[in-house]
Amino acid sequence: MNNFSYTQAGSAKAATGLLKDKPQAAYIAGGTTLLDLMKANLEEHPQLVDINTLPFKGIEQTKDGLRIGAMERMSDVGENKLVLEQFPAISESLLLAASPQLRNMASIGGNILQRTRCGYFRDAAFPCNKRVPGSGCPALTGDNHNLAVLGTSESCIATAYPGDLSVALAAFDAVLTLENQKGKQRQVLVKDFYLLPGKTPQKETVLEPGELIVAVTIPMTAQARRSTYLKVRERSSYAYALASAAVGLDVQGGTIRAARVALGGVGTKPWRSPEAEKALVGQPATEATFRAAAAAAMRGAQPRKENAFKVELAQNTLVQALMKVAG
Amino acid sequence: MSTFSSPDTPEGQPVRPEDGTRRSFMKQAGGLLGLALAPPFVGPAERLAAYSKTVEGVTSLQLKINGTVRSIQAEPRVTLLDALREYLDLTGTKKGCDHGQCGACTVHVDGRRINSCLTLAVMQQGKEITTIEGLAQGDALHPMQEAFLKHDGFQCGYCTPGQIMSGVACVKEGHAGSDDQTREWMSGNLCRCGAYPNIVAAVREVAGKA
Ligand SMILES: Cc1cc2nc3c(=O)[nH]c(=O)nc-3n(C[C@H](O)[C@H](O)[C@H](O)COP(=O)(O)OP(=O)(O)OC[C@H]3O[C@@H](n4cnc5c(N)ncnc54)[C@H](O)[C@@H]3O)c2cc1C
Ligand code: SF4
Ligand code: FES
Ligand code: FES
Repeated sequence: MNNFSYTQAGSAKAATGLLKDKPQAAYIAGGTTLLDLMKANLEEHPQLVDINTLPFKGIEQTKDGLRIGAMERMSDVGENKLVLEQFPAISESLLLAASPQLRNMASIGGNILQRTRCGYFRDAAFPCNKRVPGSGCPALTGDNHNLAVLGTSESCIATAYPGDLSVALAAFDAVLTLENQKGKQRQVLVKDFYLLPGKTPQKETVLEPGELIVAVTIPMTAQARRSTYLKVRERSSYAYALASAAVGLDVQGGTIRAARVALGGVGTKPWRSPEAEKALVGQPATEATFRAAAAAAMRGAQPRKENAFKVELAQNTLVQALMKVAG
Repeated sequence: MSTFSSPDTPEGQPVRPEDGTRRSFMKQAGGLLGLALAPPFVGPAERLAAYSKTVEGVTSLQLKINGTVRSIQAEPRVTLLDALREYLDLTGTKKGCDHGQCGACTVHVDGRRINSCLTLAVMQQGKEITTIEGLAQGDALHPMQEAFLKHDGFQCGYCTPGQIMSGVACVKEGHAGSDDQTREWMSGNLCRCGAYPNIVAAVREVAGKA
C-alpha cells in the first residue's frame, strides 16, 4: 500500500473541498473496498479523507419514503425494524452479503461504490480495460465464470457492481442524494446511477469527481413490502452471487397488479428488468407466468464459454424468488 | 482531538494537552485563530477544510486496547491489525488473508466485531478495542475460551482467536439461537482445519448459558 496522508473531514464542504484541491485523493468510509484495493496496489491515493465524521446518518420515514444515510452500516440497516417490515428484500440483500464483521464496518455509500471481483481486474499482472483503458480484456476468452451475460461489450464483461444491496435498491426505485463540490445536491435513481461498460468500462457510475453520496431514499409500496432477495452462491454463505434476484409483487385476487424485478450477478450493472415486469403485470400469479417473465429477462443474454450456465441459473433463481413472494 | 491520556497515565486522568512535538505533526489549523490568520486569498472551501485534521508521516497514535491506552509511532497507512501485531506485540490477533476474506483478524471495536486488517489504526483512536488478549480475567478464561477447550474447537489453532472473538459477539448479538443460525453468523471466520462442528458446539453451549 502506498503511503498517504489522512484527513478527518470536518464537514461535507471540507471533504469535497479537499478532493477539489487534490483530485487523486479518495474518501474512506468503512475501508473494506478501498483498503483491499490499495493493498493490492490496484488503487493509489496520496490522501485519504475520512468521511465517517459526516452527519449522513439515520434511518427515517420521510414523505418520499425511507431515507437511509450513506454512513449507516450494512448490519444496522439490515436489522432495522422499518427496513425489515417495509423492505424485506433490502434487509435480505444486506444480511446475505459479505460477513457479519464486514457488515459492521461497511457503509451504505461504500457498498454502492464497491468494485468488480473480476479476477483480471484484481491482479495487476494482467491487462484489463477497466483498470488500464485500452489494455485489453483477457476475460472475454479466459476465466469468466463469475462475469456478466447481460449488458456486456467487447471491452468488458465484468459485473462492475458484484454486490447485493444495489440490486434490491434498483428494483424498488431507490433514489440517491448526491452532493457536489459546490454544495449542490441532486437526485439520481439507483437504476440509472450505474453505466454500461460500452467502450469506457473505466467509467462505472454517473458520480462526478469528488461528489458525495449523502443518502438513499426508497419509496414505500405494496410490492416492496411483499418482496424478497434470493442469492445463489458457490458456497452457502460469505460469497458473492453467481446469480441473484430482488423481486416484489402486488397481487390482488390472484392477479399481479404491480411487479418489480432486478437481477444480480448476471449484468454488467444491477439489472432492473422491465421486460420481466411487463410479462408479470396483469397476469395470474402462477409458475407459468413466472417462467415466461424469467425467459423475457434473459432474452438478450450473451453467454460466453464459462458463464453460459448463468442464463438458466438466473431464470431459475428468478422463478424461485417470485414463487416465494407469491406464496 | 482525541480525548486520551498519555500512555503511562492511569485511566480517568484528565486529558493531557497537546504538546509541541505533537502539534508539529498535525496540520490542525482549525479554530478561530486559524481562520483569523487565513490570508484573504484563501477560498471558502479551503477555510472550511482548515477545520479538518490531517495526519502525515509517522505520528503518535493513541489506541485504547483492552482497557489501556497505548501509544505508537506509526504512519496513517498502518492497519489496526499491523498496529496490534507489529507495534504492540499483541500477536494473539492473527493475519490470514489481510483482505477481509478469512476472519482471523477479528477484534471488537466499541463492542462490535470487525476485521482489523481492513481498517486503519489512525481511524480507531478514541474507540474501545478488545482483542483476544483482553477476554480472560486474570487466570480465569472467558466462557467462550473454556467452551473451545471443552469441545476441541480447533486443530492448528490459527483461526481460533478470530473464531473466539466472533463467537463472543455472535452470542451477544443474539445470533446463536440454533445450529443453522450459528453457522450463518459465524461464516465470516474460515477454518482450514475444518473444526466447524466443534466450533458450532462451543458457541452454542455458551449461547445456551447466556
Ligand atoms: C471478503 C469480502 C466479501 C464481500 N462480499 C460481499 C457480498 O457478498 N455482497 C456485497 O454486496 N458486498 C460484498 N463485499 C463488499 C462490501 O460490501 C464493500 O466492501 C463495502 O460495502 C464497502 O463499504 P465501505 O464503507 O467499507 O467502503 P470504502 O471502502 O470506505 O469505500 C469504497 C469506495 O466508495 C467511496 N465512498 C465511500 N463512501 C462514499 C460516499 N458516501 N460518497 C462518495 N464516495 C464514497 C470510497 O472513496 C471508495 O472509493 C465484500 C467485501 C469483502 C472484502
Ligand atoms: S471483464 Fe472488465 S474488469 Fe474483467 S478483465 Fe475484462 S475489462 Fe477488466
Ligand atoms: S486477515 Fe483479516 S480477514 Fe483475513
Ligand atoms: S484450527 Fe486450524 S484453521 Fe481453524
